[in-house]
Amino acid sequence: MINYIYQLVSPQVFSIKYDDIEFGDKVIVKPKYMAICHADQRYYLGQRDQAVLSKKLPMALIHECCGEVVYDGSNTFKNGELVAMIPNTPTAESDIIYENYRKGSYFLSSGYDGFLREYVDISANRLVSLENVPSHIGAVTEFVSVGVHAVSRFAALSHTQRERIAVWGDGSLSFVVASILKNTFKDSEIVVIGRNPRKLAYFSFADATYLTDALPKDFYVSHAFECCGGEGSYYAIDDIIKYILPQGSVMLMGVSENKVAINTRDILEKGLTFVGSSRSGREDFINAVKYMQDKEFINRLNLIIYEDKPVSSIEDIHRVFRTDFNTPFKTVFKWNL
Amino acid sequence: MIFGAILAGGVGSRMNIADMPKQFLELGDKPIIIHTLEKFILCNKIDKIFIGVHPSWLFHMQDLIEKHIKVRKEDIYVVAGGADRNSTIMNIVADIEAKFGEAEDNYIITHDSVRPFVTSRILEDNIEAVIKYDACDTVVGAIDTIVVSGDGKVISDIPDRRKMYQGQTPQSFKINLLKKLYGELTEEEKEILTDACKMGVVRNTPVHLVEGEISNIKITTVSDYKIAKAMVGGNLID
Repeated sequence: MINYIYQLVSPQVFSIKYDDIEFGDKVIVKPKYMAICHADQRYYLGQRDQAVLSKKLPMALIHECCGEVVYDGSNTFKNGELVAMIPNTPTAESDIIYENYRKGSYFLSSGYDGFLREYVDISANRLVSLENVPSHIGAVTEFVSVGVHAVSRFAALSHTQRERIAVWGDGSLSFVVASILKNTFKDSEIVVIGRNPRKLAYFSFADATYLTDALPKDFYVSHAFECCGGEGSYYAIDDIIKYILPQGSVMLMGVSENKVAINTRDILEKGLTFVGSSRSGREDFINAVKYMQDKEFINRLNLIIYEDKPVSSIEDIHRVFRTDFNTPFKTVFKWNL
Repeated sequence: MIFGAILAGGVGSRMNIADMPKQFLELGDKPIIIHTLEKFILCNKIDKIFIGVHPSWLFHMQDLIEKHIKVRKEDIYVVAGGADRNSTIMNIVADIEAKFGEAEDNYIITHDSVRPFVTSRILEDNIEAVIKYDACDTVVGAIDTIVVSGDGKVISDIPDRRKMYQGQTPQSFKINLLKKLYGELTEEEKEILTDACKMGVVRNTPVHLVEGEISNIKITTVSDYKIAKAMVGGNLID
């Protein structure tokens, strides 16, 4: 069958690649709802290095997507079952290294076509059932799984004095990470530190929110999650090092194009642990779905999801990227192509 | 119920590449008609798929289904086509009703077998439109200026291009409406009205437009076939 793949060929220019899909051992999924990630937006706007763009394009964007199973050569899923697609694709086994960091793993929408396609043919083990999850929420499963991955690594690595856990950043990632922390560490105080009072106002479930320039003098945190990325990384990491208690763990989650200078003297003096956390794997997807079946969690997520009008043409793809550029949180859309 | 009807009654006289009708030529590693059939198979809203084939090619078509199709085989029926497009459609309608009976909510999505680039979006939009309006035609806005000439020598009119569209398929109908329209045609009209939607137009029955895709090409000539092969192997800037 001839499949339409909507590739970005250069910033803000899409082209269609026609590809033959085989009805083999894999599963064919009809994408239904998608969400835009900052990484997609950076490709779309051409904010990556020219060398990176030349290397990775043309490529279909979007790695946050759920869809319906329309053919299953593996006999794992029911016809029409709603599933989340896992963009990370490991090529080797390991009991020690997580699949998202494993050598040889590749990621759909980073050098390989993402989910902006008419149909997606994908291995059954790259799919997770989304039973009892609304479709528009299912679109952000990957996004939630990234938060789940970071929190589970944090739980495994950090010392157990977790009186106050702080999240630096007031965007969608901070929102999801703080929500998961709130559900996971019920005895800990979860605080969020950001720059934008209007965005911070959404974090009603947090025990406290602070503006970066109005932190109390005696402020301290046991552990910290950095969810800023970009230019904000420098200031966030610097503040974290300043306010964190000795031997605290710092989860780094924000992507920054430029190298960031950090205060190593105080890291050494306090004996801090810095952990890089990026992307996610199958286990994290399964755990993310458990959160996403919870009504309260869905209601919270709904606060940061803006559903744009459905996409039925290439012009509509441009529209959702423009919408996303002008909306503070997550843009999701129904995929009709 | 919603019935797909893939029209493959032709014998490929315009192509002259081989003796084989064009819908059976390979695109990638399978025949064009199989690509088209697979698109219908993946559309869950289509309950049954009928293929109208020239009587000489019935067995060939059945062999191809056996060889290439892995799912929903029980939903696929091969029917002998008629002398022209509309009679092939009516043969299919007769077979549908023989197998599944008549019903007010039976709809037929008719499609050229040689348009394998049809998209799931076009199929879904046809289904939505035919349920709402009883008849619809898939079109794209005309790109070239359309020139009318009564005698083939001198221009008699150049219509406003903004009102001109190029007809593609699917063309979809409520089956009862289609039967009524066809039943009212005189033998002479049957000769002239080779397009199913035109039956509605000449009887003042509204036929609604569904947006097609420029890529939803009809593989009729050698150049179309070359373009289709290039499309599957290459990129098109949009």
